[in-house]
Amino acid sequence: MNKFITLSLLLIGICSSAFAQKYFTKNGSISFDATAPGSPENITADNRTVQCVIDGATGNMQFKASMKAFTFERALMQEHFNENYVESDKFPDAKFAGSISNMSAIAMDKDGSYPATVKGKLTLHGETRDVETTGKVTVAKGKVTATANFSVLLSDYKVNVPSLVSDKVSKTAKINVSCGLEPLK
Amino acid sequence: MRQSIKTILLLALFSCNTALQAQDDLLGLLGEDKPKKEYIKAAFKSSRVINAHSMEFINPGTMDFRILHRFGNIDQGLKNFFGLDQASMRMGFDFGLRPNLMAGIGRSTFKKEVDAFIKYAPLRQSKGPGSFPVTVAFVGAVTVDGLPWADPTRQNYFTSRMAYYFSAIIGRKFNDAFTLQVTPTVVHKNLVQLQTDPNDIIGIGVGGRLKLNKRMAFTWDYTHVLDGLPTGYYNPLSVGLDIETGGHVFQLHVSNATGMNERAFITETTGQWGKGEIRMGFNLSRMFQLKKKKA
Repeated sequence: MNKFITLSLLLIGICSSAFAQKYFTKNGSISFDATAPGSPENITADNRTVQCVIDGATGNMQFKASMKAFTFERALMQEHFNENYVESDKFPDAKFAGSISNMSAIAMDKDGSYPATVKGKLTLHGETRDVETTGKVTVAKGKVTATANFSVLLSDYKVNVPSLVSDKVSKTAKINVSCGLEPLK
Repeated sequence: MRQSIKTILLLALFSCNTALQAQDDLLGLLGEDKPKKEYIKAAFKSSRVINAHSMEFINPGTMDFRILHRFGNIDQGLKNFFGLDQASMRMGFDFGLRPNLMAGIGRSTFKKEVDAFIKYAPLRQSKGPGSFPVTVAFVGAVTVDGLPWADPTRQNYFTSRMAYYFSAIIGRKFNDAFTLQVTPTVVHKNLVQLQTDPNDIIGIGVGGRLKLNKRMAFTWDYTHVLDGLPTGYYNPLSVGLDIETGGHVFQLHVSNATGMNERAFITETTGQWGKGEIRMGFNLSRMFQLKKKKA
């Protein structure tokens, strides 16, 4: 009988930890800059409808950004981005699935700024590559904000930049992620 | 007692199970994305197939500066460098006002003619909920001949210089590569050359494009005039290649038509493909962003 109780309690214990708070947003922001040095035009865009969920217990995290939601200063650039570069009709979303490896050092319920090491797989233009970066998790008055910067080599994701525009479009894109997260109920 | 423990155990197992499942698909916790209605873009690379208006609109807040050249007949040979020694041109400015509304003005060297048009699409091809299979657009335009009066002795009216054309464009982007459109057009001239010439000429245009790769497309543009084309005038047929390079679109083509507006190319094409009376030409389109989009 005692064994049963112990087992039950143990299971409940495990599960409640797995049940610890998850955080999410549906309007996170991802921007990128792929401007070549000396380019007369800025090749930048941002997306403010990024979905993100972070599991506060395990550090697992997932992102999804709709490619067509990236807006550019110039409408034609946006059209070319979707049509010629990332082929948004074929590959509508960019996704990231990974984890914060030092989650145990981050107290989501205590104000502070915590460095976070993030590892995972980024899927873009149908290609999946390993990505590793350091970001930051800031907790202030119960509000959780996760930010990160990293660069991707466009050729890794088979995004082809024709030589004709290589003076404008860089071979790498600097990516900025910023998500204000709310507890998921 | 035993019963309650069992219940707890089961509950614990059950909750554990769902928690573990959720681990794999965190985004799934946010629920399915609602499908949204999405208008089809980039049916053509340009707002013209070659000569005729296409189902494509330029983006709101942009200006399209268009320089069009039509050279002389290729069959003139080296003497006139295959027609390149002679050029007829049209310079124009198009403005994107709404996603489905644009207007433009241009001037051609042929007849020193000014033309202005407005193009509106009440229905646009879309996908997702409430989708529509085709784009239906209308073009209304006026042209004003700028040549000196042919007969200054008679009573001449300004309206005699004017002609109008109205087109309906019904087009569909079938897939990434293939777009087809049908364009019934009526051209009305206030004054015609001969008493026997009709004032109204109706033509049915068929235009399309086949994308060869991301930046090049094969295009064609034909108008069949139903009735009333005076002798010596023929149906215009153009075939071309669209090349897109960043902010520019080059439309290179060969055609039997010289005119660069509907009045001119539908009713005043004198060349015949069968006789090799074709000419090279190009449309150069340069897009300018007048209004910055960013918030």
